[in-house]
Amino acid sequence: MGDSAPLNASVSDLHQLLKDRAISSEELTSAFLKRIDQFNGQLNAVVTVCSEQAIADARRADERLSRGDAHVLTGIPLLHKDIFCTLGVRTTCGSRMLENFIPAYDATVVAKLKAAGMVMLGKCNMDEFAMGSSNETSFFGAVKNPWDPNCVPGGSSGGSAAALAAGMAPLVTGTDTGGSIRQPASLCGVTGLKPTYGRVSRLGIIAFASSLDQAGPMARSAADCAHMLTAMAGLDAGDSTSADRAVPDFFSELTGDVDGLRIGIPREYFNDDLNPEVREHVMSALTQLEKAGAQLVDIELPHSHYAIATYYVLAPAEASANLARYDGVRFGYRCDNPSDLEDLYLRSRSEGFGEEVQRRILVGTYALSAGFYDAYFNKAQQVRRVISEDFRKAFQSVDIIAGPSAPGVAFPFGAKQQDPVAMYMEDIYTLAVNLAGLPGLSTPAGLINGMPVGLQLIGKAFDESTILNAAHRLQLDTDWHQARPALEDSLA
Amino acid sequence: MPISPEDVEKVALLARLSIVQSELSEVTERFGRVLELVNELNTIDTSGVAPMSNPHDMVQRLRPDVVVGDNEREALMASAPAQNQGYFLVPKVID
Amino acid sequence: MTWETVMGLEVHLQLATQSKIFSGSSTQFGAPPNAQADAVDLGMPGMLPVLNEEAVRFAVKFGLGIGARIGERSIFDRKNYFYPDLPKGYQISQFFSPIVCEGIFEVPMGDGSLLPIRITRAHLEEDAGKSVHDIFTQESGIDLNRAGTPLLEIVTEPDFRSADEAVAYLKALHSLVTYLGISDGNMAEGSMRCDINISLRKKGSDALGTRTEIKNVNSFRFVERAIHSEVERQADILDSGGTITQETRLYDAERDETRSMRSKEVANDYRYFPEPDLLPIDIDQDYIDAVRASLPELPAAKRARFHNDYQLSEYDAALLVPDHALAAFFEEVAKLSGAAKPAANWILGDLAGALNRAELTIEESPISAEGLAGLIMRIEDGTLSSKLAKQVFDGLWQAQGTADEIIAARGLKQVSDSGQLEQMVDDVIAANPDQVAQYLAADEPKRKKLSGFFVGQIMKASQGQANPKLLNELLINKLNNQS
Repeated sequence: MGDSAPLNASVSDLHQLLKDRAISSEELTSAFLKRIDQFNGQLNAVVTVCSEQAIADARRADERLSRGDAHVLTGIPLLHKDIFCTLGVRTTCGSRMLENFIPAYDATVVAKLKAAGMVMLGKCNMDEFAMGSSNETSFFGAVKNPWDPNCVPGGSSGGSAAALAAGMAPLVTGTDTGGSIRQPASLCGVTGLKPTYGRVSRLGIIAFASSLDQAGPMARSAADCAHMLTAMAGLDAGDSTSADRAVPDFFSELTGDVDGLRIGIPREYFNDDLNPEVREHVMSALTQLEKAGAQLVDIELPHSHYAIATYYVLAPAEASANLARYDGVRFGYRCDNPSDLEDLYLRSRSEGFGEEVQRRILVGTYALSAGFYDAYFNKAQQVRRVISEDFRKAFQSVDIIAGPSAPGVAFPFGAKQQDPVAMYMEDIYTLAVNLAGLPGLSTPAGLINGMPVGLQLIGKAFDESTILNAAHRLQLDTDWHQARPALEDSLA
Repeated sequence: MPISPEDVEKVALLARLSIVQSELSEVTERFGRVLELVNELNTIDTSGVAPMSNPHDMVQRLRPDVVVGDNEREALMASAPAQNQGYFLVPKVID
Repeated sequence: MTWETVMGLEVHLQLATQSKIFSGSSTQFGAPPNAQADAVDLGMPGMLPVLNEEAVRFAVKFGLGIGARIGERSIFDRKNYFYPDLPKGYQISQFFSPIVCEGIFEVPMGDGSLLPIRITRAHLEEDAGKSVHDIFTQESGIDLNRAGTPLLEIVTEPDFRSADEAVAYLKALHSLVTYLGISDGNMAEGSMRCDINISLRKKGSDALGTRTEIKNVNSFRFVERAIHSEVERQADILDSGGTITQETRLYDAERDETRSMRSKEVANDYRYFPEPDLLPIDIDQDYIDAVRASLPELPAAKRARFHNDYQLSEYDAALLVPDHALAAFFEEVAKLSGAAKPAANWILGDLAGALNRAELTIEESPISAEGLAGLIMRIEDGTLSSKLAKQVFDGLWQAQGTADEIIAARGLKQVSDSGQLEQMVDDVIAANPDQVAQYLAADEPKRKKLSGFFVGQIMKASQGQANPKLLNELLINKLNNQS
């Protein structure tokens, strides 16, 4: 198989090739495994490679394809962010705390994609416990951006985005709590979707902030994301926050028709703080959509600037409780020779968690503590409602809302380490979307000095179709999403 | 300074994290940076606004009272750092 | 100094559901360690809680049983602290909005009065696991089978003024929850655990003194003793001018004293916040009405009915009602025999005595309701004298058959045939001429006494089977007609 075309093929094309038996899943899988082998040493995007299991799964998929019993995703390989519990396969969450943790169960998303016949190539590197925007906090080392190995890929789904951009898999999963799918997608030039809160089950996904976390697909096109989302989404009785909503075939809803689509442009996103080059690219993308029949409408999201403060109370608060279970007792890292119970807790946790995780646990614990609950946690929950209200009001006059996915392009390693808040500002455009529980995606909008920039589209609750369709339209009319890093050059 | 090192240590104890003395001042300073960020919340009036826990107006689904699953002890305790005779082990606790 | 004892009680009640409150694991007692702890119970990464509908129904049943207001929208909260038997590092409980709100529980006291105790709230939460400290030398073992069992925590206002009141409340609570079928309320087995908040104040004062909390007292007797010893301890301190330290204490039954709990010394800031993995529980009027309609007759109503319909004394009713199996037994016997008062007497007397000695519950009674009713009916219809009834009772206890069968087998049928009785009287009169003469010579009061001799003789001759009432009539008649 010398032709590299299948490695770049869309899901629809791959499905056709597999169905026609022009290529086997085993061949496809081997090709991607080879690609991981070739580039992962430098990119460090994949933490665990499952070669044997992948081949075995691929062979099973081939049998299914031969029987004519295939789903559109059957036989197609993918990588899972290492936050999804995978039965029998190490799941680290980017942390020393779970360095050797092997779950006895699959996350619902993993089970669903397995049932569809997808082939898992391995687990992707990520910011520790999903806390970060650069994949620099991982215990397993930083991930390099395939576009420029001196730069970060974004985070926390940095490994997923980098692996996808480097062609190590055609599809990857990520999770997004404050921007962790959209921001790395933007920095790596790929398409990433955070579904509406409750659209995809959280069962088996290692929790960071329960009311904000959501799993989603990352792919090289909106169309591919649509295929993945259809297979990932759906009510799960085991997740009480999972929504009882019918799952359409998101792919078949991609008409490409954006005639009359009202796109809201929040003036708070396009103020003087916005990098002029980013503004130029985002507006260029929006102009494309206008040409295709969409309407740009000025709107206001007046409380946007409170999103970051709100998020950095609520997410750490929920995380401080979600991470209390990591105590060295039943699973995970345990310190050597604990002298007593308190020593067991203090050392297992202080040695098992990295600096950013510990900082957020401290902030979260503080925000919930006696005397501060009202001023911080309760207050933040009130502001959350105010911010959600902003979106609700805006959506009365528009169908989707647009803006940048990130304040800039990928930055060099260490550039934002001196001040934790500098890193937090990376998510300034994405955080509010999680607070409001709305769907959001990032689609490539060209390059600035050779580095990708992303357009963010935000939809109404459970209306992933409209934002996918708009991105799809853009991807029909432009070729930004097809740009690939020339790895052989960038990694030379 | 939004917070003192002593207060940071109190919070750390609540969270069962230990801070190395030599790092305490840096931890406190960086913690303080985050507090400065979130103190922005003081500038907005939210009187009369109901707090929002979950973004959608959903109510809790109920599960029927049926026993599901069987003894999974072996599979689940495979990840245990210390176990004996079916018990998870911790250093002796005195009540 | 006269101190007034002021107490509030917090009872943790294990709800008798099949599966746990947030997972599908079994709640059955006695499994090997961690055999009933699934990934959700263990707090494994990625696991999520889903609420058991029966736990909700049981909580609402309780609320309606005490006439409390049901919270239409209650939420779960996380109570955060570190302890090895708490797998997630937080307990899912209810803090801000409990499922059962304020109510008043009327406690029947020994003197027949009703003591109104204000229930502040009752809320749902999950139980923690267990630690064992005596199996391993260097370590404690953690068993999480119990983790996730549904609990209803019932909190009262500080309305108790004595150990008697506290114990009466606990007994009434036990009775109520068994009637409702929501818990077996067994203190010894840990399905009903009691924490006592106790403080003293000067008699006549309105203010509350500093309180201590005595945790996990697990029998009525220990509750009584714990209260007495703690009151004494606090009074001693206050009398000598000291102050009470607010703390958590345990009752040591062997030493009959309370002692401070070391592990609870570090003040806990529980940092309650709404549980983001669960959504608000919505309870509408239709649901409440449906649960209300499904409630069984409750103890208070049953007491009243036993008193009114069966003409039982309030005292007897109060003894029969608390154990609903006993109450049901009584009613069956009363209905079958048509004799409620004798039924109550037999049940509260001989049957209770026999069950106690054999350490059996009414459900394990070798004598069935039909069996006992059979015995009572034979006494009522004169077939059996009450003296010989005990023999039949013993026969029933030893499963020798029905009352009729035992009466026949042992030949215990009471002689009530006047012809037979007359013959017996004639025989005894004829055989004892001196006593007859004595009788005739005596005055009224002395005659009464002397007739006893003849009764005794006839009873001996008839092996106790002579119907005493008829016998007496005939005897007196005949004696008086001797001259």
